[in-house]
Amino acid sequence: MSCKNVWILGEQEDGRIKLVTHELLKRGRALADKRQVELVAVMLGEKIDRDDLQKLFHYGADKVIVVENPGLLHFLPEPYVNTVFHLIKKYEPEIMIASATTTGRTVMPALAVKCPTGLTADCTELDIDPESGNLIQTRPAIGGNILATIKTPMHRPQMATVRPHSNKPLDPDSSRSGEIVYETVDNSLLKSRIRRLEFRKNTEGGANIQDAEIIIAGGKGFKKTENFQMVHDVANLLKGAVGASRDAVDLGWATYPQQIGLSGKTVSPKFYLAVAISGSVQHLAGIKTAENIVAINSDPDAQIFQVANYGIVADLFEAMPLLIEKLKNRLKP
Amino acid sequence: MKIIVPIKQVPETSNVKMDPVTGTMVREGVEPIINPLDLYAIEAGVQLKEKFGGKVIAVTMGPAKAELAIKEAVAMGCDDGVLLSHKAFAGADTWATSYVLALAIKKLMPFDLILCGERATDGDTGQVGPGIAAWLDLPFATYISAIRETTANELVVERMVETGYEQLAIELPCLLTVVKELNYPRLPTLKGKIAARNMTMPVWGPEEVEAIPENLGLKGSPTRVVKIATPQVARFGEIVKPKDEHELEKAVDGLLDYMEKHAII
Repeated sequence: MSCKNVWILGEQEDGRIKLVTHELLKRGRALADKRQVELVAVMLGEKIDRDDLQKLFHYGADKVIVVENPGLLHFLPEPYVNTVFHLIKKYEPEIMIASATTTGRTVMPALAVKCPTGLTADCTELDIDPESGNLIQTRPAIGGNILATIKTPMHRPQMATVRPHSNKPLDPDSSRSGEIVYETVDNSLLKSRIRRLEFRKNTEGGANIQDAEIIIAGGKGFKKTENFQMVHDVANLLKGAVGASRDAVDLGWATYPQQIGLSGKTVSPKFYLAVAISGSVQHLAGIKTAENIVAINSDPDAQIFQVANYGIVADLFEAMPLLIEKLKNRLKP
Repeated sequence: MKIIVPIKQVPETSNVKMDPVTGTMVREGVEPIINPLDLYAIEAGVQLKEKFGGKVIAVTMGPAKAELAIKEAVAMGCDDGVLLSHKAFAGADTWATSYVLALAIKKLMPFDLILCGERATDGDTGQVGPGIAAWLDLPFATYISAIRETTANELVVERMVETGYEQLAIELPCLLTVVKELNYPRLPTLKGKIAARNMTMPVWGPEEVEAIPENLGLKGSPTRVVKIATPQVARFGEIVKPKDEHELEKAVDGLLDYMEKHAII
């Protein structure tokens, strides 16, 4: 097999390159170094910020392939899949990784069928066998209860999506530079049977919880929607995002984009405070990679305490007002 | 409208406890259920049928007992179901699974719409839906949170992404994967349960779907699971149990100290 090099599929929004791209570059850099090959970033868009493209080298890329076309302004499955497929056929990378975002998790499965090759979803660890070039992909499965290590021994490129925010980008090195290759594709590849009519940005809850460093999450122990305000109060004080258990979402206290767990979002913040969340297998699967987990729950046997770095067994109606008051005091300038 | 809903039978895990020592799932009493995220696809299909007429067909690939998933789908309002079951299908990854489902759906042509759950709660890949669309060369959209308009040749849908909602117009026939924001799945009805009991369910194997044997099951799967490990989940953190107000205050102070130590505040 002549397939060579490690590719990452970057993401942009309104021409600005997104953080997940830099995260992928760190993953890719480690693999490319071990295999002693080049790390190539692929960027699709209409007009991508020139400084942002240069920064891809600072964050680890050796080469950048850019395809710019009005048809690639926003993510649409067919033009994106066809364009990346065209590039894969032309350059034959050995490895292709994308972020496990709504974009990556849409493009990659369709690409894998077309290639045809294997795809491993939502990896939390990637390694490579330097001799065979086999990608060693590790991902949680069955509610995060097992870690499966998966290989794609006979097919190239090997494809994986990587859990967003499961690693930090490299420190940028502004002395690094490289070649930017502008590719064009035939218009027939950019045809889409989907039209994007409009976009409505999230307003409530502020930041997207998957990007949040600090998350305060509440469960059904809050009893009613007014009480759930305390979660928002703590989140506001800490400039964090609000998350919720499935129960709290089902009860209408929070929205589905705020749901954390296997049937909601997987998060890996620096700090996760779970209040009145018992910690079902599903919920725990969504927070496994959080750096610090703190729990407040009245049930001493709640599963959440097993994964907590610090826990308080207490009634939230006593503990939360106290926490809010003390936080206000401590945060006073 | 003819709507096809591919579903998966998974172990019921929502109430399962974890063994704190081994970090494995306590499997006693775990029953097979329809993947909870597929229920939103079934509900969406049944709602569209109720509005525009037509038929909803559930399709699943799995062992013989997966017929229970089809029966439950029919009890919820699907009209028909097909079970794809054969030892040659066993061990399939998402590539080989989407291949067989796509072949079965091809046999059910013509159709207007394929509705899939966002992902299954056991495998958690979300790859089979887009995979089916690729095999059938259908337009597809993922993470659909609302179906706004339905015309003879187009749907207007909302797609939930990280930063908001896209509104998309998509040509029919197409494939959508849906998220739970879409609807509230109904419970099985008595009428539906009777229909499920009386139904005849075709069971298809490789010959019925005209599969290339090399593409099936473990043999046809590009990926290989080479190791399974059970992660140690317990963090053995400090858990304080305040007995009175004073101790609670100390516990909350401890929490703030913890946050300070880890540069949260």
